[in-house]
Amino acid sequence: MFTMGDAIGSGWAWLAAHGDIIIIQTVNGIVTGMILALIASGLTLIFGIMDVVNFAHGELFMLGAYVGVVVLATSGSFWLALVMSTLVVALIGAALQIITLRPLIGRDPLNTILATFGISLVLQNYALWQFGPVPRKLDEPITGQFVLFYLAYPWYRLLIALLSGAIIGGLYLFLKHGTYGIWIRATTQDRVMAQAMGIPVPWVYTGVFAIGAGMAAASGVLFGPLIGINHAMGLDWVLKAFIVVVVGGMGNLGGSIAASIFVSLLEAYAAIVVSPAQAVIVSFVVLILTLLFRPTGLFVPTPK
Amino acid sequence: MSKRSNKSFWIAFCIVLVALIIAPLVLPEFWRRFLTEILIWGLLAMSSDLLIGYTGMVSFGHSAFFGLGMYGAAAALLTVKPANLWLAILYGLCGSAVVAGFVAFFATRLRDIYFAITTLIFSQIFYVVIFTWTEVTGGENGLNFTRPQLGIPGIYTVPFTPEMLHWFVLAVVTASYLILRRITQSPFGMVLQSIRENEARTRAIGYPVERYKIVAVMLSGLFAGLAGVLYAVQNRFAAPDFVYFVVSGEAVIYNVMGGIGTLVGPIVGAGFFLGLRELSSRIFGDQFPYLIPVGVIFIAMVIFLPQGLLGFARRWLNR
Repeated sequence: MFTMGDAIGSGWAWLAAHGDIIIIQTVNGIVTGMILALIASGLTLIFGIMDVVNFAHGELFMLGAYVGVVVLATSGSFWLALVMSTLVVALIGAALQIITLRPLIGRDPLNTILATFGISLVLQNYALWQFGPVPRKLDEPITGQFVLFYLAYPWYRLLIALLSGAIIGGLYLFLKHGTYGIWIRATTQDRVMAQAMGIPVPWVYTGVFAIGAGMAAASGVLFGPLIGINHAMGLDWVLKAFIVVVVGGMGNLGGSIAASIFVSLLEAYAAIVVSPAQAVIVSFVVLILTLLFRPTGLFVPTPK
Repeated sequence: MSKRSNKSFWIAFCIVLVALIIAPLVLPEFWRRFLTEILIWGLLAMSSDLLIGYTGMVSFGHSAFFGLGMYGAAAALLTVKPANLWLAILYGLCGSAVVAGFVAFFATRLRDIYFAITTLIFSQIFYVVIFTWTEVTGGENGLNFTRPQLGIPGIYTVPFTPEMLHWFVLAVVTASYLILRRITQSPFGMVLQSIRENEARTRAIGYPVERYKIVAVMLSGLFAGLAGVLYAVQNRFAAPDFVYFVVSGEAVIYNVMGGIGTLVGPIVGAGFFLGLRELSSRIFGDQFPYLIPVGVIFIAMVIFLPQGLLGFARRWLNR
């Protein structure tokens, strides 16, 4: 490992000598950033449309990974696990929204924070009870590797980035052109008017929550092979997702995607000089600086 | 507040206080400890009530203040010989004040949900720092120390028996309660409540809202730090688990369960929560995660009983 002193002491010479590490970490950062973007876009979708900060988002991510483990163990197909997990968790999300969030529509938004926080406690402890504290492993569907400098880099990582991008792109097209997507955007713009036009607003909310939950689950399954799956994995990711959602500008889809990649790249570069556990601090610092100088978010036009 | 209800408040206050003073003499060891713990967690919850209930800011970062109170106490007890209780309190309060100042400076620029998330992220920063800075904080294992003696060093000291500890905690919590009550009824507290009701109008009247918020967060952090010191003294250790987000979440749960904006409610909520936890482990066994039933009850209370237990009781009494 390289120490901070090395890095600063020899400056450009160091950069030239370790350019390969920089490139490897760039690829790593983009891959992590795409997964984070997938989680964060679900979070920001739910926030932008329902005004709900979904504290349980990390637990839906975790639940998705576990459903993936179970389906993979019974069927043996990773892709089936991905699809099943997305659908199952989307249904769970819809049920949770109907039971706990629908009665809270029209109340102080703080109530929804509390309710989703309660959901996250229940889901997390359910997973602990059901699957135990030992991390589970999810096998990757393709094991091929290609050579990146001295590293054998798995193709699967690149595939994750592509799939995440595809899912987010699909969401964008759906919101832009699909009938229900237009309903969703109409509800965001003016809830009362949308309702007056005959859009079933409560069901739009349920649908949006289900979509967000499904996206969290998909990212859980996709990312599962790279990390151990345990009941507490949700919190780390939901925190990162919160950070990028705030940095990108709350409720702004494009902003949170850009912020995901930005923050992940910074963390990946920081991991060259400090341990990965400490690299997390970089994203905290980005958050603090954003709050200080651009509290509305880095990737939004300056408000007039 | 009318004179009559004021009088009945003090009567109720004295009755509860006397009951709590007598309690350790009659209760068995387990429940005595349980009661002391309720008081400590109640103090933490009460401190966050100043923000949630009175200023309308939900803090998910109280574990940072609580934890720094613990580590501050640990620092005093480990470095200064002979161990001095008052110094531990002072160090703990300083630790939490520094953190609270830091958090307050940044987080109060934001409102509502953003404030909640920012405080949560700040508490995680301190968690990561404490968890990874092994040379100073003991990392994952935390720090162990011996309990100091109660009294004025050099003049008069008594060792902490369990009863003594309970009375000491009770005295600190009662004093904190009275101070917090005074704060919330003071002109300062009135401004905080007007920020909760209508921030824009409060600013328009000419109050420097940001400064009031910063002071509110700092006060709240100080009392949370005090709770941390008490917990450290009771359990003789400081561990990173108590800086973790779960503690902040539980403080919010105590508030919601007991009733926000009442100061007493959070203590009731803490008692209710710990009671439920105990009940759950008695019914389902120790292995069953108690947060499943407690979480379900919590969600139900958010939906059906947003005033909390105390608000419900008050409405029921007034009927």
